[in-house]
Amino acid sequence: MSEAQAAEQGTGPAGRSGAYQAHFRVWRGEAGAGGLKDFTVEVHEGEVVLDIIHRLQATQAPDLAVRWNCKAGKCGSCSAEINGRPRLMCMTRMSVFDRAETITVTPMRTFPVIRDLVTDVSFNYAKAREIPAFVPPPELAPGEYRMQQEDVGRSQEFRKCIECFLCQDTCHVVRDHEENKAAFAGPRFLMRIAELDMHPLDAAPEAGIDRKTSAQDEHGLGFCNITKCCTEVCPEHIKITDNALIPLKERAADRKYDPLVWLGNKIRRRTE
Amino acid sequence: MAHVDRQAWDVVVVGAGGAGLRAAIEAREAGMRTAVICKSLFGKAHTVMAEGGIAASMGNANEHDNWQVHFRDTMRGGKFLNHWRMAELHAREAPDRVWELETWGALFDRTPDGRISQRNFGGHEYPRLAHVGDRTGLELIRTLQQKIVSLQQEDEREFGAYDARLKVFQECTVTRVLKDGDRVSGAFCYERESGRFFVLEAPAVVLATGGIGKSFKVTSNSWEYTGDGHALALLAGASLINMEFVQFHPTGMVWPPSVKGILVTESVRGDGGVLRNSDGKRFMFDYVPDVFKEKYAETEDEGDRWYEDPDHNRRPPELLPRDEVARAINAEVKAGRGSPHGGVYLDVSTRMPAEVITRRLPSMHHQFKELADVDITAEPMEVGPTCHYVMGGVDVDPDSAAAIGVPGLFAAGEVAGGMHGSNRLGGNSLSDLLVFGRRAGLHAARYAASMTGRPVADPLQIDTAEAEALRPFSAETGTDTGPDAVRDRAPAENPYTLHQELQQAMNDLVGIIRRESEMYEALKRLADLRVRARRAGVEGHRQYNPGWHLALDLRNMLLVSECVARAALEREESRGGHTRDDHPAMDRGWRNINLVCRLADPQGDSRAADPALGQIRLSRRETPPIRRDLLELFEKDELAKYLTDEELSR
Repeated sequence: MSEAQAAEQGTGPAGRSGAYQAHFRVWRGEAGAGGLKDFTVEVHEGEVVLDIIHRLQATQAPDLAVRWNCKAGKCGSCSAEINGRPRLMCMTRMSVFDRAETITVTPMRTFPVIRDLVTDVSFNYAKAREIPAFVPPPELAPGEYRMQQEDVGRSQEFRKCIECFLCQDTCHVVRDHEENKAAFAGPRFLMRIAELDMHPLDAAPEAGIDRKTSAQDEHGLGFCNITKCCTEVCPEHIKITDNALIPLKERAADRKYDPLVWLGNKIRRRTE
Repeated sequence: MAHVDRQAWDVVVVGAGGAGLRAAIEAREAGMRTAVICKSLFGKAHTVMAEGGIAASMGNANEHDNWQVHFRDTMRGGKFLNHWRMAELHAREAPDRVWELETWGALFDRTPDGRISQRNFGGHEYPRLAHVGDRTGLELIRTLQQKIVSLQQEDEREFGAYDARLKVFQECTVTRVLKDGDRVSGAFCYERESGRFFVLEAPAVVLATGGIGKSFKVTSNSWEYTGDGHALALLAGASLINMEFVQFHPTGMVWPPSVKGILVTESVRGDGGVLRNSDGKRFMFDYVPDVFKEKYAETEDEGDRWYEDPDHNRRPPELLPRDEVARAINAEVKAGRGSPHGGVYLDVSTRMPAEVITRRLPSMHHQFKELADVDITAEPMEVGPTCHYVMGGVDVDPDSAAAIGVPGLFAAGEVAGGMHGSNRLGGNSLSDLLVFGRRAGLHAARYAASMTGRPVADPLQIDTAEAEALRPFSAETGTDTGPDAVRDRAPAENPYTLHQELQQAMNDLVGIIRRESEMYEALKRLADLRVRARRAGVEGHRQYNPGWHLALDLRNMLLVSECVARAALEREESRGGHTRDDHPAMDRGWRNINLVCRLADPQGDSRAADPALGQIRLSRRETPPIRRDLLELFEKDELAKYLTDEELSR
């Protein structure tokens, strides 16, 4: 059993006193200017990275800016990059790191920094507004909706999304390509289109809204070349690429030929 | 003052959880220009953490359910201290509020015939909770968020601007409600990102700020729950009622330490999970109180049969209201029959197949696996009580959600008092948010529309609010020249340390089991903390400075904590979310008494600086008699357990 595992299970020689000093490097600064700052900080059994950031605030850096809310992986506020990997700080346990390892915490790279670990995520709110809302079926009154579980299940998977924006952060279409942002909604909001498109009672077609075509023409679905980076970082384990983006591409492809759909089908078949 | 930006709106909603968003939708649909202001990003409010479901008597799972049964359950759960009119409105309107969500795109779990599925929960006679797995709060907040966006899309088409009639000021905080004479005139706010102050001028302000749990150490609540709305209401001259009633949810995580308090949904028990002590005994059978004796199973066999055949068996005692279960767990641990980390065992692994567990309780499965290395399909969870909800809140008119005594101020959701009496049933919170959020938005809109001559934001109040908000930056230099100047020149206090001390004091001294001497001690410590909090100092500047934000939140937490402690000291009985070790019985004489908290010195804040004086003045008030046709929904024998002989003879 490794030391970390022992500490985690409370069975190590140190037990509760399994506290140790960890080396953290946290990005501090504003707007364009700033850099990594070193901290040595105490870590206790069972803690997550957010606990350590909070300890830094309480003891060494009271004005260290960080977003967080629920600390239970349900609100998607504390997104950051830990050792370069997009993650929720509240769901990243310290025990996954070696005790001697330096843990580097930086803000999400795709969005402009406001201060320290806090980024300006307004890009996402702007994109959310560009997607036409659910269109209620005009013939049904409230209380008359009837849907089968197997039919709502597909969209329900996408509605598990906690809007942490880690998929948006990691997506290479915009990660280092500011110029693509205007034309590309990002995985989260392409998935939102898929969710609405698969809603059993969405009356968009009757209202003259073609969600499939608009995904392609207005929200940049074609930029996605299904590398599945978004799926890999999703803390809710939503199969964004396989279950939302590829089917959306297929549906859109009824109207347009997209070579990636063909490729996607191949890849999917292989992994199944 | 001249530099403080002012904007005029018709209705300002403080808080963007379920109640706030529902209020904003209603006010905007009534034609009012509506601003929502919230401390976090849009869509992150504490409502996302609600797991189990929304209680509404749609009767999809059991056709015998109706609003009267729901009303009865709610009154029983609150031990008859609820404002009966709120409980009535809530039970009547909840189904419409749920169905309406479907028209905005919500996707609830379904019954085999395609309707909204409903699950069992503590204290509810029938399966009543509309749900989406165990992430119902997320579905609720996302649906309301997306409805707001759709209204903004309409405005964009009509006016060319998304924000024309409905704007969300995210990551902004209100520190004062402003008044013009008796009437509300707006809100003083700061923006977290820039630290910039601004004023939203509006004749109507809806408080929808949630609860107070961050005053306690072990809590399921997020950082936002600092009692802001409770404090803003007090400072604006309104009253709070029922502040002694704080719900400790029976099942929070107890290990590892860093996640202590995180919620374990009641659905675990609703779907068949059982509580066991270290002897492996299902101890809840020993804790069924007299008032509930006839309604709960006496044997494990009967309780187990109930899941399949609820018409011929009684429910297992694991599904008693939360206050009962929390006290029982507390007693078992105290008696030495707890789990290794000071909780008890909650087990689903021996009760249903792994596949069912991961389908019905996906978030719990995920949460325990990720945070505690526990696979709930194979082993029991360790759980214990955690501060979860405050029943007390702003004293409001039941129909309009208007704060009594302050024209233009409204309150809905957890920040409003009365609806849940002394204890809230699980599932009744989300429905409360929707029912009274809508009512608050509607009546705030009507009030604003009826204005002739808008109230004016007083420049002097704005100056004072600004000085108050900037105080933490000058804590060490002591720029005050008033009588407090000397004391204020003592070294600055660390706001994080003050917060930890407050949480420890409330947890230890005004927690789940209370004693007179400890509450006196709590009041002493609160007074001391209050003086020190005036010196809470911060480093750095105003841009996104969490130390500063906390320093400002301390004022609110200290105010509401004093309300809780004073009211808890005064109420010499045990009822719902208020348990007195020295007065363990429920007393019918207290049934119709509300304890009302007001600011002792509404004009100045001299009391805030003096440890001997409290900030809160407490008074008693009789609750209005329950309407006869509602009383007749209960058996006389049952009423006799709660109401005095005099009340019964009326």
